[in-house]
Amino acid sequence: MTSWLLRRLIQALFVVLAMTVIVFLGVNVIGNPVDILISPQADQAERARAIIALGLDRPIWEQYGTFLWSAMQGDLGKSFVFNEPALRLIASRMPATLELAVTAVLLSIVLGIPLGLYAGLRPQSLGGRLIMAGSIFGFSLPTFWVGLMLIMVFAVQLGWLPSTGRGQTETLFGVPWSFLTRDGLAHMVMPATNLALGNIALVLRLTRAGVRETLPMDYIKFARAKGLGPARVLFVHVMKNILIPIVTVIGLEFGSIIAFAVVTESVFAWPGMGKLIIDSINVLDRPVIVAYLMMIVFLFIFINLIVDLLYTVLDPRVRLDSRE
Amino acid sequence: MTHTLQVEGLSTHFDTRAGLVKAVDNVSFHIDRGEVLGLVGESGSGKSVTGFSLLGLVDSPGRIAAGRILFQGGNLVGLPEPELRALRGNRIAMIFQDPMMTLNPVLRIDTQMMETVHAHANVSAAEARTRARDALGQVGIPSPDERLHAYPHQFSGGMRQRVAIAIALLHRPDLIIADEPTTALDVTIQAQILAEVQKLARDNGTALMWITHDLSVVAGLADRIAVMYAGRIVETGSVTAVLDRPMHPYTAGLIGSVPSRNRRGTRLRQIPGMTPSLIDLPEGCAFRTRCPRADAACARDPQDSHPTADRTLRCFHPHLDFEA
Repeated sequence: MTSWLLRRLIQALFVVLAMTVIVFLGVNVIGNPVDILISPQADQAERARAIIALGLDRPIWEQYGTFLWSAMQGDLGKSFVFNEPALRLIASRMPATLELAVTAVLLSIVLGIPLGLYAGLRPQSLGGRLIMAGSIFGFSLPTFWVGLMLIMVFAVQLGWLPSTGRGQTETLFGVPWSFLTRDGLAHMVMPATNLALGNIALVLRLTRAGVRETLPMDYIKFARAKGLGPARVLFVHVMKNILIPIVTVIGLEFGSIIAFAVVTESVFAWPGMGKLIIDSINVLDRPVIVAYLMMIVFLFIFINLIVDLLYTVLDPRVRLDSRE
Repeated sequence: MTHTLQVEGLSTHFDTRAGLVKAVDNVSFHIDRGEVLGLVGESGSGKSVTGFSLLGLVDSPGRIAAGRILFQGGNLVGLPEPELRALRGNRIAMIFQDPMMTLNPVLRIDTQMMETVHAHANVSAAEARTRARDALGQVGIPSPDERLHAYPHQFSGGMRQRVAIAIALLHRPDLIIADEPTTALDVTIQAQILAEVQKLARDNGTALMWITHDLSVVAGLADRIAVMYAGRIVETGSVTAVLDRPMHPYTAGLIGSVPSRNRRGTRLRQIPGMTPSLIDLPEGCAFRTRCPRADAACARDPQDSHPTADRTLRCFHPHLDFEA
């Protein structure tokens, strides 16, 4: 276990290192921030001063070295625009995205798994067929379009739900959260649904496929031959077997929901990290872009680690130490 | 005295796209307390479906189309699911063919055994564990206390089959249906398990239905034998009578094609042709297309006859002339 963890951490270190190179070079390709940050009226001297102040006059490998050195000390640079540490900027926007992502993942579990179980147990029924047909819409309709339609129907036509912002927030542990107030929850309904839709479809289809695959197994028939009730067979014997792929996908999807909530956050003007990164890309705020991408890398590594650990709980045949 | 199990005219049919498959067709037999009945036949002859029919575990599109299954005098056909479930694993237990597939890979042995205890007995967890441990000890698993904590993949095939047998024995059933339980095992393990099951059944007065295609297994184990061909029982009788003097040409063909030391050097005899598809069986006797004794009379359905008191036969031209 410990040696496995150590090996994983070393691997992770290399992944992070490789990412810094890619991100740093990539950011340099998308444009020169000076063109955007400095007013077009500025003269040559002002321009040169700004370039030196931002450290952009030095060769790129030197910039990279400085970045790496301060990154190791936990400093990912200051935002060109806000003149604030990029990491703190991202951290301040993180709770908004986090609560949206967690709600979306919960929705996809709470709706996806039961719907998938139903469709798997009754594949020929009308309900089962409708669920499967509906799931195709779930992952094939583009997120932004669904978001706009939701706003059209529920905010504009019916006027039931607010369409922009986080609404009223309540502070917990020094951080403002929307889910603690009624108004905040109302604001979350549409963006969370929008974000969850594709995942509900994914979890649902995965659950159904797992059920269809597990039900004909001998050990299910044996469990029934032992005289176990249908609930015990389904929720213990079937569920524990199909949970492995579902946990993997939910884990990875949680990462991508956080990383790519960009579209939903833009549509619903949700002040989370996604909106921050879009704004930062527009003004070529390099440190924020780099810090954001690095944070996403850490997030994925962390989630994968958690998923691997969960495997050992779910499947006794998985042992993390190869020597066992 | 009522038989432990008496099956009368059992027919199990499958409605498939290709047509109606009569997997079990008008089958009758009985088993008494402490008796071992060997149900012999080729693959696809309907042996396993007969076994599953007894437990009410035939899955759609299969259904019991006709007949009665009298278990200790009560008819199981048409019994509501909860009442069948109360019998399964309790009064009637089943052991499956492939020990690698019958235990749920992600659940510990104690979970799988204790849930069986709890399915039929309202006892404490400690009591259930004790019973599970005793059952493991009974089937010859060393240090059962520790082995309870193991997962199926930590057992060998033979050991897994012992666990499955221990599960079947948990409630001291009146009838055990064993569906080729030794086919997947080494010959030495096979012999051990056969001896143990025979002893356990004898000690507890359990009736045993042993489904197999292996005549040598039946010869050593069973009291009576029923030979099945294409969904029908063609011949029954005591093991010695049937094996020494097979009357049905199919039984004779089967016995004739077992390699023997006495016929060393001669070509192994075989039954010509192949098992017919259950979808389009020949009219009348299903064996007539392969039978050396068949004639025009065989196009009609043969009826059960009783050449001696304890034998049943379904043939127009049986071997009755053994001295010849």
